[in-house]
Amino acid sequence: MPLNRKDLLGTAELSAEEVNLILDTAETFRDVNRRRIKKVPTLRGKTIINLFFEASTRTRTSFEIAAKRLSADAINISASTSSVVKGETLVDTALNLQAMAPDAIVIRHSSSGAPHRIARIVSAAVINAGDGAHEHPTQALLDALTIRQRKGRLAGLKVAIVGDILHSRVARSNAHLLSKLGAHVHLAGPRTLLPLGFERQVAPAEGSVTFAESINDAIGGADVVMMLRIQLERQSGGFFPSLREYSIHYGLNRRRLALAKDDAIVLHPGPVNRGVEIDSDVADGASSLILDQVNNGVAVRMAILYLLAGGE
Amino acid sequence: MGTLIIRHGTVIDPARGLEAHRDLLIKDGRIAAIEEKIEAEGAEVFDASGLVIAPGFIDLHVHFREPGFEYKETIETGARAAVAGGFTSVCCMPNTQPVNDNSSVTNFIVERGRAAGLANVYPVGAITHGSKGEQLAEIGEMKAAGIVAISDDGRAVCDAGIMRRAMEYARDFDLPVADHCEDCCLSPGWDMHEGEYSALLGLKGLSGAAEDLQVARDIQLAEVTGARVHIAHISTARSIAFVREAKRRGLAVTCEVTPHHFTLTDAEVYRRGYDTNTKMAPPLRPQSDLEAVIEGLRDGTIDAIATDHAPHHANEKMLEFDRAPNGIVGLETAIPLALDRLVHRGVVTLRRLVELLATNPARIFKLDRGILEVGAAADVTVIDPGRVVKVDASQFQSRSRNTPFDGWELKGAAAATVVGGRLVWPPPLKEHG
Repeated sequence: MPLNRKDLLGTAELSAEEVNLILDTAETFRDVNRRRIKKVPTLRGKTIINLFFEASTRTRTSFEIAAKRLSADAINISASTSSVVKGETLVDTALNLQAMAPDAIVIRHSSSGAPHRIARIVSAAVINAGDGAHEHPTQALLDALTIRQRKGRLAGLKVAIVGDILHSRVARSNAHLLSKLGAHVHLAGPRTLLPLGFERQVAPAEGSVTFAESINDAIGGADVVMMLRIQLERQSGGFFPSLREYSIHYGLNRRRLALAKDDAIVLHPGPVNRGVEIDSDVADGASSLILDQVNNGVAVRMAILYLLAGGE
Repeated sequence: MGTLIIRHGTVIDPARGLEAHRDLLIKDGRIAAIEEKIEAEGAEVFDASGLVIAPGFIDLHVHFREPGFEYKETIETGARAAVAGGFTSVCCMPNTQPVNDNSSVTNFIVERGRAAGLANVYPVGAITHGSKGEQLAEIGEMKAAGIVAISDDGRAVCDAGIMRRAMEYARDFDLPVADHCEDCCLSPGWDMHEGEYSALLGLKGLSGAAEDLQVARDIQLAEVTGARVHIAHISTARSIAFVREAKRRGLAVTCEVTPHHFTLTDAEVYRRGYDTNTKMAPPLRPQSDLEAVIEGLRDGTIDAIATDHAPHHANEKMLEFDRAPNGIVGLETAIPLALDRLVHRGVVTLRRLVELLATNPARIFKLDRGILEVGAAADVTVIDPGRVVKVDASQFQSRSRNTPFDGWELKGAAAATVVGGRLVWPPPLKEHG
């Protein structure tokens, strides 16, 4: 059964049923990824364009592998080689790609809302691979899958998301999605990097989204601790004084992780700034599922491509 | 020039305290008589039965883009949009290319306005050279060439010291300072109002405090200098409260609001999925600010409605939200929005609406207009409060179509526009082709 929607633009608009369908589908594709021949003919003859206006290694590779394991033809376009540098507008780029009849366009863009603009004018499925500070739905889906695998559920879990919430599409997509599945999401970070008011626009039926008073409050008793990458340019932007101070007051070290539940798991969307937002002994420790996330990323993206571009 | 009679309408002229059935006789560009019944052989007759006859509406805040950005709007297309929307006079902000910061640009704008022969086009001069906020522009020379106010609109004058000198200097030439209020340090690049919707959408937010701070600052400077300060496009509850208090203290502080700020909130950016026609400066504000705007219109704190008509080419509004330019066109939707949202919802009376659109704007910029009396310039706006219109951007006279109101059904419209005794809208049939 395919998803009853043309595009995947964010997790905010997904229902819990849709999320579970995606996660269940992803589980079946995990098996494919463990085979000796990691390829199924599901999307043979389908064309998938990865349109990346922002540098990305992990996500782009993950989408490319996902497409290829489904036997789709994947084409990668990055902004540095495209006509974007020649001044072509986003809309013109999209219309030109559409004219070549792709089945899906995966787009990453530094502007929030860019995939939405494209989705309105092309008939191909549009998959948001990260737009500005808005959403990164496949990341949240792979995070949910990783948590579900380890914890067996999301309902009732306490999830701390710590770091630069203001600029983080990962935090937004996760807050929407995890709370929708019944988790209690606690957002924390330097107050300069908290988009206050966000919680009023998320009204999950069961879970919740709140801003914690402090990072220790967020992590205390948590089942899941998700650390966000801190961008170096935030320091020059005046959001905090120095990386040194950031790592001391907002970074995850073993001492701080001890506040969480004994069986708490640690997630990070990568790439990791070792020694800044997370210490190496935590990133590489037994609680860390950072590489499981990457592994699940391929399965989740296969599921999305299958559900949106596959079918009849 | 011929003779025109507008008859059978209700004349509303707050400047004279007149609200009664009157006929209006116009001769040689001036009002010749206002009486209960006027007969004149051979005169052109406009039947205003059931309509309201008001002094011509004046928009204190438009961007006509000429010189420099004629692909967005020219003075002629802008003036045509003005009269089509029921405005007889417009005041053009100086952020053209080159900036209107010297008398040769001022002369050019005046000349183009005259050549268009539609609305009265009044230039607003820059406060500072190039509107860079550093060195005063040649305000005296521009005044001699015809400017009616000074403003660096589109940008704020960051430096309080320069703003103080500008206010003092403006007093020497009896010019008001039209003030774009946005504290520079609090607004280093933004996409929309900072609040729950910017948080949700991942867009860069501008705190309402950025407006409040400069409004407070410039009210203090108005007190220090005795200057006339007109707050452009006021949009926050706190700013309106500051102006209310300034008026109580007897300062020469006035303010205007745009139709979009009394109609839309920042939720619209979300509802329309990043539609760039919801992007403007100041940004759409939350419901609490909109309610304060409504209260300011009701209690008289807000003096004028101005459109901030800001045409942009479709190609520019097609860009990503954070890359698209600020602004929407407003001249051809202002009167329907004002009648629908303010008059028909009981916020203001028709008489107060005429004050907001004609009487007060004329007073604020000291224009010799905004009144219907014998001998006055015959600028008249005839409105039909009951006519239901559907906004159709494709039919705009403006060269640009960037409006969030396309397709809206609104009750109330301009029925006719008379400038200098000439019925300029609707155009004579031959122009319809």
